[in-house]
Amino acid sequence: MASSIVFRVSPTYNTISFSSSISNGLPLPSRLSRFHIRPRRKIPTVHAKIREIFMPALSSTMTEGKIVSWVKSEGDVLSKGDSVVVVESDKADMDVETFYDGILAAIVVGEGETAPVGAPIGLLAETEEEVAEAKAKAASSKTGPSSPPPAAPSPPPPSPAPSASSPSPPPQSPSPPPVYDGPRKIVATPYAKKLAKQHKIDIGLIVGTGPFGRITPSDVESAAGIGPSKSSISNVGSANASPSPAPPVAATATAASASPAMPPPIPGSTVVPFTTMQAAVSKNMVESLSVPTFRVGYSVTTDALDALYEKVKPKGVTMTALLAKAAAMALVQHPVVNATCKDGKSFTYNSNINIAVAVAINGGLITPVLQDADKLDLYLLSQKWKELVQKARAKQLQPHEYNSGTFTLSNLGMFGVDRFDAILPPGQGAIMAVGASKPTVVADADRFFSVNSKMLVNMVPSVTCYFFFP
Amino acid sequence: MQALISLSTVSPSSPAVARSDRAVGSFSTNASKPSSFRFCGLRREALGLSITKPHGSSRVALSQRRFYKKFSASLKDNGVPSKGFDYDLVIIGAGVGGHGAALHAVEKGLKTAIIEGDVVGGTCVNRGCVPSKALLAVSGRMRELQSEHHLKALGLQVSAAGYDRQGVADHANNLATKIRNNLTNSLKALGVDILSGVGTILGPQKVKYGKVGFSDQVITAKDIIIATGSVPFVPKGIEVDGKTVITSDHALKLEFVPDWIAIVGSGYIGLEFSDVYTALGSEVTFIEALDQLMPGFDPEIGKLAQRVLINPRKIDYHTGVFASKITPAKDGKPVIIELIDAKTKEPRDTLEVDAALIATGRAPYTKGLGLENINVETQRGFVPVDERMRVIDKNGNLVPHVYCIGDANGKMMLAHAASAQGISVVEQVSGKDHVLNHLSIPAACFTHPEISFVGLTEPQARERAEKEGYEISIAKTSFKANTKALAENEGEGLAKLIYRPDNGEILGVHIFGIHAADLIHEASNAITLGTRIQDIKFAVHAHPTLSEVLDELFKLAKVNSSVSSPVNEPVAV
Repeated sequence: MASSIVFRVSPTYNTISFSSSISNGLPLPSRLSRFHIRPRRKIPTVHAKIREIFMPALSSTMTEGKIVSWVKSEGDVLSKGDSVVVVESDKADMDVETFYDGILAAIVVGEGETAPVGAPIGLLAETEEEVAEAKAKAASSKTGPSSPPPAAPSPPPPSPAPSASSPSPPPQSPSPPPVYDGPRKIVATPYAKKLAKQHKIDIGLIVGTGPFGRITPSDVESAAGIGPSKSSISNVGSANASPSPAPPVAATATAASASPAMPPPIPGSTVVPFTTMQAAVSKNMVESLSVPTFRVGYSVTTDALDALYEKVKPKGVTMTALLAKAAAMALVQHPVVNATCKDGKSFTYNSNINIAVAVAINGGLITPVLQDADKLDLYLLSQKWKELVQKARAKQLQPHEYNSGTFTLSNLGMFGVDRFDAILPPGQGAIMAVGASKPTVVADADRFFSVNSKMLVNMVPSVTCYFFFP
Repeated sequence: MQALISLSTVSPSSPAVARSDRAVGSFSTNASKPSSFRFCGLRREALGLSITKPHGSSRVALSQRRFYKKFSASLKDNGVPSKGFDYDLVIIGAGVGGHGAALHAVEKGLKTAIIEGDVVGGTCVNRGCVPSKALLAVSGRMRELQSEHHLKALGLQVSAAGYDRQGVADHANNLATKIRNNLTNSLKALGVDILSGVGTILGPQKVKYGKVGFSDQVITAKDIIIATGSVPFVPKGIEVDGKTVITSDHALKLEFVPDWIAIVGSGYIGLEFSDVYTALGSEVTFIEALDQLMPGFDPEIGKLAQRVLINPRKIDYHTGVFASKITPAKDGKPVIIELIDAKTKEPRDTLEVDAALIATGRAPYTKGLGLENINVETQRGFVPVDERMRVIDKNGNLVPHVYCIGDANGKMMLAHAASAQGISVVEQVSGKDHVLNHLSIPAACFTHPEISFVGLTEPQARERAEKEGYEISIAKTSFKANTKALAENEGEGLAKLIYRPDNGEILGVHIFGIHAADLIHEASNAITLGTRIQDIKFAVHAHPTLSEVLDELFKLAKVNSSVSSPVNEPVAV
């Protein structure tokens, strides 16, 4: 990607390590001009002095990202390697660094707003003189629609080529004034305020239960519906249902791309926008409809499996690990199921067997991947799984830990579901939906009845497997 | 404080006073009685060395700072006084400044006495740098243990980390005790007379000292050094009760860890305490009068530090505001802090917190010194001095034979600066002119990671360069490029060098990153010795070490002159 940014792990959100920019000291200004500049949009007056900061693609499935926070403010001087903005992708929060020295001239997409991958989110000017020019440019691209460019990569509103020397916009005001509590008498601890901002909860709607009635982090957590106490969910509705005049931009952006003609809302209904993760899951599901799939079911006698499970359970082995291991061993023998059809013309055989397992997390869905599940033993696999789930909860999965799956496992057996169809994630060979194991009366070849435990397994393989079915 | 000063008989009721107005028990008697040590069991090793084997072998226990060298160089007796005087040199105040001066004076053959009205070691050892380092050592480990992802990246697994507040407090207290004993013993071993009581200058070359209830003693000295230090500065309107509204003096005792503490002032002291408190689970609100947090640091370093030390932690802040009134918690009410705008003085906000730490700086402790007897008037409490630490009187004339070092003169309020000033004065009184270059004195803030610097900040350097008509250049390197830092999984950090490209002079070095405080000395030594970048860049650093961060910095610098011309001219500041 030749964009002007690289990604780096932020200490706050951590774990995602992309090519870290090891800056070997201060790049001399003369060297700068050698860097490749990506002229994404042709703007006649710009001679590569004003650079756009693009919404980066932080994972292969990411099509849009939300700005969590701008680390820098307009007017800040940036040097190569500085973190500029924190972006929430569908899977994790990441810092975005600048590749260039310059001045952050304008923020095009504000905090909390969403932009499609590749869209400009800010402008970087090389010198002070260009700041005004960049601001004019930013203003022109902002004035059109009140929201940032829609998800579809539509061209920006035609910018009325700002005259290069235009001094018209007044000199940029100093950095925004520091934040203070409003006049309201709301007492919230620093971390509570941070959490509320993070979970987008209006702190004014939270009832504090801490000392002197102050709002504590756990108050915010319970209002956000996370953490141990889920009793006060009642707050979620009131906190999240934002007043109608300003619907969150994220919602409009995603909704617009999904279905242009929506039925009018039923009076009295409240609109709760998808979180970025929910939007991504929904989008993936829609996408998978375009992949040819078919469904096959088979009921597996699980007496031996159950016996094995009882034996290894005390050693920390979970049913998930057992199923993943079993699937991996079967895939070794049937590589075609582990293959994908990416272009509709060829098979792509995957050299690794990476079992993704669907888990529900904080109102979303993520598929942590057990890499090389065929090669790891059951205990290692179980341990690995435990780590992955913890990381997923903490939103700390690294991209390769959730998007490298070749085969997905979805198990609803623990909820008593006895059969279901799963949706094939894009780019994977197949998904296996596992139901509950139940005692079942069966007749054998000698016409004797017996009661065995049976588990119904539904497979949704992609078109690749179809060719090999008899 | 109770535990902290258990070795002396000072009353705990006046902990904030570095140089107590009341007389206190004699250290020499107390400190040499093993029965008065509360920590005998823990301190056996130190005690064994410092108590049971007097003098000669006690240097073994003094691994701290540079005393070792002093010892080996001067195991001779305190000198014989000049004719007509009781002492060659009398130092008022036995803090780090007075102590450094005393050791050097003995080395120079001066008969030396040191007057102390409170405890040996002064603020640094008893209520400052030393115990705070103990707390910060705890905070650093807590951070590591709590950072599950960091540990995991190293392949470590640790179950929940916890702490025992009293245990942490004891560690700080024990450290202060140990260092204080080391200091006391190092003075005694050299034969420096430790005179207990409050010292007052009676006139030229004449000092009295004494304890309350005893008659004063009057002694004469050829030269006098004032080294009375400072006390926490508390702005008016703030009521310090020592429980919920506290200064660093109380905070270091760690008597309680509040859920939420407001820290007034975001300089070194405030920052270090925010590091400690957040590691122990508190939430912190900074109140800073200036528009930016960490005003004393190089802006670039300050910004990065804020990103790492403030933003991701449970800390918020109010800038551009004064705490006009702080009321301690009482009658079932929390601590109430009224904020006013720093410029317009209009009310801005009211905070309700569990505790407030006043870290707004330090005020010189110069009352009762008898300065009026030598016609000297303090300026905002500070004793006016010239670049050789010679005291200046009301009329702008030098007062012969009277010097002032350390916080009391306000030139650079750092323990090691006081000591360096003391050594400079001793050099002068023993016949060799010496001017200390304050721009070569490093400073450090022991947060995690640490911040350190020496010399000028970038804005200061630019201003000076403009005035004096030369160019400056900047070189920067990241800890991410350093192997050892990455091995420690501590790649967050920046080192910055400000220099003159025309002659290779180092103007300032600023480091933010792991062990920054230990790394700065290569730069400060280079500045002290006048070493130029074109020379120091050939110095070899072991690989892989953090010191290569500075190596990288020197190698990145582009110096036009290849002329190697070490210049060592003293710079007066």
